[in-house]
Amino acid sequence: MKRIGVFVCHCGTNIAATVDVKAVAEALGHEPGVVISQDYQYMCSESGQNLVKNAIKEHKLTGVVVCSCSPRMHENTFRKAAASAGLNPYLVEIANIREQCSWIHKDIASATEKAIILGKAAVAKVHLNSPLTAGESPVVKRALVIGGGIAGIQTALDIAEAGFDVDIVEKNPTIGGKMAQIDKTFPTLDCAACILTPKMVEASQNERITIHSFSEVADVKGFVGNFTVKIKKKARFVDETKCTGCGLCTEKCPMKKVPNEFNMGLDNRTAIYIPFAQAVPKVATIDPNYCMMLQKGKCGICSSVCSVGAIDYKQEDKIIEQQYGAIVVATGFNPINLDKYDEFAYNQCPDVVTSLELERLMNAAGPNGGTLLRPSDKTHPHKIVFVQCVGSRCDDSKGKPYCSKICCMYTAKHAMLIREKYPDTEVYVFYIDVRTPGKNFDEFYRRAVEQYNVHYIKGMVGKVTPRSDGKIDVQASDLLANEQLHIDADMVVLAAAIEPDKTARPLATMLTTQMDTNDFFTEAHPKLRPVESATAGIFLSGACQGPKDIPETVAQASAAAAKAIGLLVKNSITCNPCVAHSDELMCNGCSSCEKVCPYGAITYVDKEFRMPDRTTAIRRVASVNPAVCQGCGACTVACPSGAMDLNGFSNSQIMSEVDAICK
Amino acid sequence: METFTYYPGCTLRTKAKDLDTYARKSAECLGINLEEPADWQCCGGAYTTAKDEIATKLSAVRILNSAKENNRPLITVCSACHNVIKQTNYDISNDEEMAAKVNNYLKLPEPYNGETTVYHYLEMLRDVVGFDNLAQKVVNPLKGKKIAAYYGCLLLRPSKALAMDDPENPTIMEDFIKAIGGTPVIYAQRNECCGGYITLEDKAQASKRSSAVVRSAKDQGADMIITACPLCLYNLKKNSDAELPVYYFTDLLAEALGLKEVQNG
Repeated sequence: MKRIGVFVCHCGTNIAATVDVKAVAEALGHEPGVVISQDYQYMCSESGQNLVKNAIKEHKLTGVVVCSCSPRMHENTFRKAAASAGLNPYLVEIANIREQCSWIHKDIASATEKAIILGKAAVAKVHLNSPLTAGESPVVKRALVIGGGIAGIQTALDIAEAGFDVDIVEKNPTIGGKMAQIDKTFPTLDCAACILTPKMVEASQNERITIHSFSEVADVKGFVGNFTVKIKKKARFVDETKCTGCGLCTEKCPMKKVPNEFNMGLDNRTAIYIPFAQAVPKVATIDPNYCMMLQKGKCGICSSVCSVGAIDYKQEDKIIEQQYGAIVVATGFNPINLDKYDEFAYNQCPDVVTSLELERLMNAAGPNGGTLLRPSDKTHPHKIVFVQCVGSRCDDSKGKPYCSKICCMYTAKHAMLIREKYPDTEVYVFYIDVRTPGKNFDEFYRRAVEQYNVHYIKGMVGKVTPRSDGKIDVQASDLLANEQLHIDADMVVLAAAIEPDKTARPLATMLTTQMDTNDFFTEAHPKLRPVESATAGIFLSGACQGPKDIPETVAQASAAAAKAIGLLVKNSITCNPCVAHSDELMCNGCSSCEKVCPYGAITYVDKEFRMPDRTTAIRRVASVNPAVCQGCGACTVACPSGAMDLNGFSNSQIMSEVDAICK
Repeated sequence: METFTYYPGCTLRTKAKDLDTYARKSAECLGINLEEPADWQCCGGAYTTAKDEIATKLSAVRILNSAKENNRPLITVCSACHNVIKQTNYDISNDEEMAAKVNNYLKLPEPYNGETTVYHYLEMLRDVVGFDNLAQKVVNPLKGKKIAAYYGCLLLRPSKALAMDDPENPTIMEDFIKAIGGTPVIYAQRNECCGGYITLEDKAQASKRSSAVVRSAKDQGADMIITACPLCLYNLKKNSDAELPVYYFTDLLAEALGLKEVQNG
């Protein structure tokens, strides 16, 4: 016979003002199996917990129901209290009579009635609770960071600093990401390369960090503490171990007309190339789409000039396999494609550029050596129009519904830098709102307006028309003056919305982690767990989780590292015992559960079964890996034969709760 | 051979006979049978855009209903007729009160509730014939011709009701130009207004608008402009300071299909 104790909390007046707690305790005291039912002002306080502990011992309780706040708040508190009194912690149930009752109702009579019903449901459930024991699984002390931008670099450095090995997988030939392309950084206007490249070097020199550049994650298996990852090292046709980065091959390569992606296609590079002077690793890469040797079998100049014999035209993609305890996603962002924004004439006129292209046009290492010239005729622009929110905050299907967050600040930066360097150039900025929260951010924007006389105009640009005289007609509305404007601009700069990198979605599938409708990775809790994904052992760093500027990215990168380190320091991890398990006798091997499992916790095994006629048959049945299962319960609903059940939330427990409520 | 109810509209019988003639000839060549109802009336003109006015929409409903009675989709060519008929059809399908009022006025044998599918001729080329199939029937490809498609304001907007193409970044006419062997020229003013009926009241304003359109096309290197709208053609030809030959898209279609003598454009 069950012996159940019920403990009703007043939570000061939080519950007691709306729920007659004494009546609840009284009513629940008459439920079957309940041997003690009490109320107390603060059940979570030490004396409240002692009340529970003493009752467990005194009345030899086999189950505890606490009617209080949300289990998210104090379930653990009461589980620990029960455990210290010798009761299995999973024999404690919480009835939420605060968030789901007292806080949302006004009428005492009906709120009290509802609290009693919720209590009865918890009592009914606890009748069927069984003791559960959490298992343990070992942790591989090595981390994987996917993406080698500033987010990935910072995360890797912090993890290495804590004494763990960490691998960076970067899809491009060099680490550095978007920050390497940026000229100056707001709000201090220090040079991006000056603060980034030392970090890149630090990462390459740290003996605990291995950089797999020009590589991609090909496959992820396993679970928290023990992931097995296949990494595809793409053929770069250069032996990384031999190449010294001297660059002679890039000088001699005859194929000089390859669009240079590092400079956003504004100039050309050679077929064998090092993306930029401070690249890490500083190793040449051959672009097979343009290399004449690889395309036609003729040339071989790079091979003949290379003094260390690093060129290898026969190199092939290579797959390496490695175990990791934790994985940090740092796949970053890209500006959106502007093909759908013809009204801004981006594809019609070379002098209409994106902000990232402007970064390169103004960068000393860029196509013009840092002098701002129009791409079309290399003349100095005297009038520049910036258009904000191109594709951001759009309510139609072609744009993004969100604010890209960084554009207001970098546009103010661009406007200010141009006015500083070229005082004869007029600068206009069209905006919907100027959003500059952040330390020293609004002061920065005010400086652009007040000190540098940048013309900020509230309103949107409707049409950009390139003219044959080289000018660009910008038609816009000035919402505050309520008038239509036509500006004869020399250049137009579009603040394109940013979106997650295209590699993020397939990666999310491999990692069985979740994304939102915009393909940003979803954090485990938007406020309280911002750097963890919902999948244990997968952490989020930088703009892959949402638009972020550099300071925020670095802060999140270090936070993700701290979370990963917190996992890696453990020798083993305690698993959540509330996981699914399948009744093999009922399972028909239909795969329904495997398809709905978001964590990849379910596999199928062939098992021998003794049949009624005493023969032996081999049947395919589902098997749940308890270390991977997160206890979401999707499989228990999907299972057509009712073979899947969830520990702590079994079908019979849920049904008895429903019965208690409906009675 | 697929048969459609064909609605030419008033202007195609008067000022824009070419638009009508070559639309018919080309359709025949492409295996599309256009059947003109015996007693069609004016589409109602631009008055129908006044939403609370029911009477002006009735003539558009008559032609829609005539297509319904013959159980055929309806094809229009003129941008304005297309706009009026499709918008009216959309309103009837989505606004029960309006549908009720319209049917109270018309007392049709069976109430009309937006059952007819309306195609613009260009949509028919894209969705029924297919631009790939069209390209295969071309005998005189317009090779080397840089052609600027002029959409104007009525052909694609309001996009929800007309559901033909993205009004800011359309491709249907450019794809048509590619299909007949020409090179489309994208220019900024291709979906801006030509001045429309303003020309009757304020010629200077109409001239400002149409000049901006022609100049923008010229600046991007176009040899000619094509349009589906008789009023656009008028404005671009008569009111623009800048000059470029302006044709109906059906002119070039007929040329490409070998149904019309090739012009020097």
